[in-house]
Amino acid sequence: MAIEKIIGIETEYGIAGGPSGDPIFASTLIVNAYAQLVKSSIRWDFEGEHPDVDARGQKGLNQFAPAVERTVANTVLTNGARLYVDHAHPEYSSPECRSPLAATQYDVAGEMIMLQAQRAANEILGQNEQIRLYKNNSDGKGNSYGTHENFLVSRTVPFTEIVRAMLPHFVSRQLLFGAGKVGAETDTGRFSNPHFQLSQRAEFFEEVVGLETTMKRPIVNTRDEPHADAERFRRLHIINGDANLSQVATFVKVGSTALLLGALEEYGCEAFPPPPTSPVAAIRSFAQDLSWVDETYPSVYVHTESGARFSSWEYQNELWLLAQRYVEDTGAALVAEHSEVVLLMTQWRELIDGLRKDSMIVANRIDWIAKYRMVAGFRERYGLDWNSAKLAAIALQYHDIVPEKSLARMAKLFELITPEMANQAMTEAPTDTRAYFRGESVRRYSNEIASANWDSIVFKSSEGALQRVPMMDPTRGTMELTSSLFGECSTATELLERLER
Amino acid sequence: MAEQERVQKHRTEKSESDNEMVDQSGAKADKLKAELDELLDEIDIVLEENAEEFVRNYVQKGGE
Repeated sequence: MAIEKIIGIETEYGIAGGPSGDPIFASTLIVNAYAQLVKSSIRWDFEGEHPDVDARGQKGLNQFAPAVERTVANTVLTNGARLYVDHAHPEYSSPECRSPLAATQYDVAGEMIMLQAQRAANEILGQNEQIRLYKNNSDGKGNSYGTHENFLVSRTVPFTEIVRAMLPHFVSRQLLFGAGKVGAETDTGRFSNPHFQLSQRAEFFEEVVGLETTMKRPIVNTRDEPHADAERFRRLHIINGDANLSQVATFVKVGSTALLLGALEEYGCEAFPPPPTSPVAAIRSFAQDLSWVDETYPSVYVHTESGARFSSWEYQNELWLLAQRYVEDTGAALVAEHSEVVLLMTQWRELIDGLRKDSMIVANRIDWIAKYRMVAGFRERYGLDWNSAKLAAIALQYHDIVPEKSLARMAKLFELITPEMANQAMTEAPTDTRAYFRGESVRRYSNEIASANWDSIVFKSSEGALQRVPMMDPTRGTMELTSSLFGECSTATELLERLER
Repeated sequence: MAEQERVQKHRTEKSESDNEMVDQSGAKADKLKAELDELLDEIDIVLEENAEEFVRNYVQKGGE
């Protein structure tokens, strides 16, 4: 059974500064500052949060299963997103989006929401307490935090097939979507003493499949928490990617992944290139393949069980061909409308071809190449060592969310999302998923909502009675299905009466 | 003779166009170099003043 590829992106932002340098307090200030700015008082509802349920169906597999945190700042926005403190980071979880471009639009809106939050928080803080936010995934000292992608997939595809089919993409896609970093920061990463790596995250992966996200990180995460009807849907939770400043990278990263999941539902896992014999070694060694920017570095290849040899480029090329077959056979309407699918396939192809021809052609679309260009240029100009603090500073400041400080902005990255599109997405939910019902309910009836989460809203009547409205299908609750309902109900009480009829 | 001329002409054309390509890629390389220099100048202006301290102080708790 093929399923519309509903997509969401969760981003934990790096945070520095704040009163007493406490990152949890600083993150709380960020979230609360934005909540006050937009007068949001909706609490997150933890009913239905089960991050410890494993997609492989067994319990007790993992000692380090994540627990739900209930105490910190946590709110729901009119665009359908969740803004909250996750561990010691402010996190923006985008609303459910119906296409890769929409997911990119809501990711960019998240950057702007964080920027407004930072400005609002800093207005009330002293000069030496100013908070700074970074859209990145590591601190260069062995601490990593995630950018997670979520895709709605059919329950009919066995989880083992998802693992088998998607591993080649998960280990090789960093070639196009890695955000880059100078040096290494884990014991195994440092072992080969790389000058620069394609991915921020690759060296943190230690397992192929597993439930954890904070330690012993697996390339394929098994969290089985669909936030939807579990009989029909699976939410594939992907934790191996980097946060991108390049909008094209975000778009093609989620778009290529969505197309390949569609191809998996259509053809099964046999249509995919074979996975490497050691996926963990593959993701780490592909991260160190600098031959794309400097011929003096050796090319990196991995081997499959049958003895075949793949570079990350060869994997991407084969996966593109498979996606192209899927587009030709089905039109890929489950991923996006036709013109967007064409844009997606063209951009993906241009990144692949550009790398082979002259990687500087794609320095305006691939984050790690944009960053490498700056770092290597600076190194050459001043005759610096690869471990110079100046180079590490450039690599970090690339991710600063403040436009005047952001080095990514100076790289003149190609933009797909206009400022108008981003502005709209800060306050208005996507119209074509259940995020519309959540966002509009929050906008119209905030005084009558006790709490909300991904798959339900709890309304409270003036007498104080609570009533939960479930939203178990992410493809429903759209503008088309609910706008007349909203138009006719000026209060949540009226809405609930109508829903009961 | 005519055949030879044609070959000769073809060669001349080819070598001219080769030179053109070299000129073009030379000009392109110069342009890329100039763009990179400009970018590095900009970075010099906005890069955190004390790089060592900036990098050292950026310590995160793991997340996810």
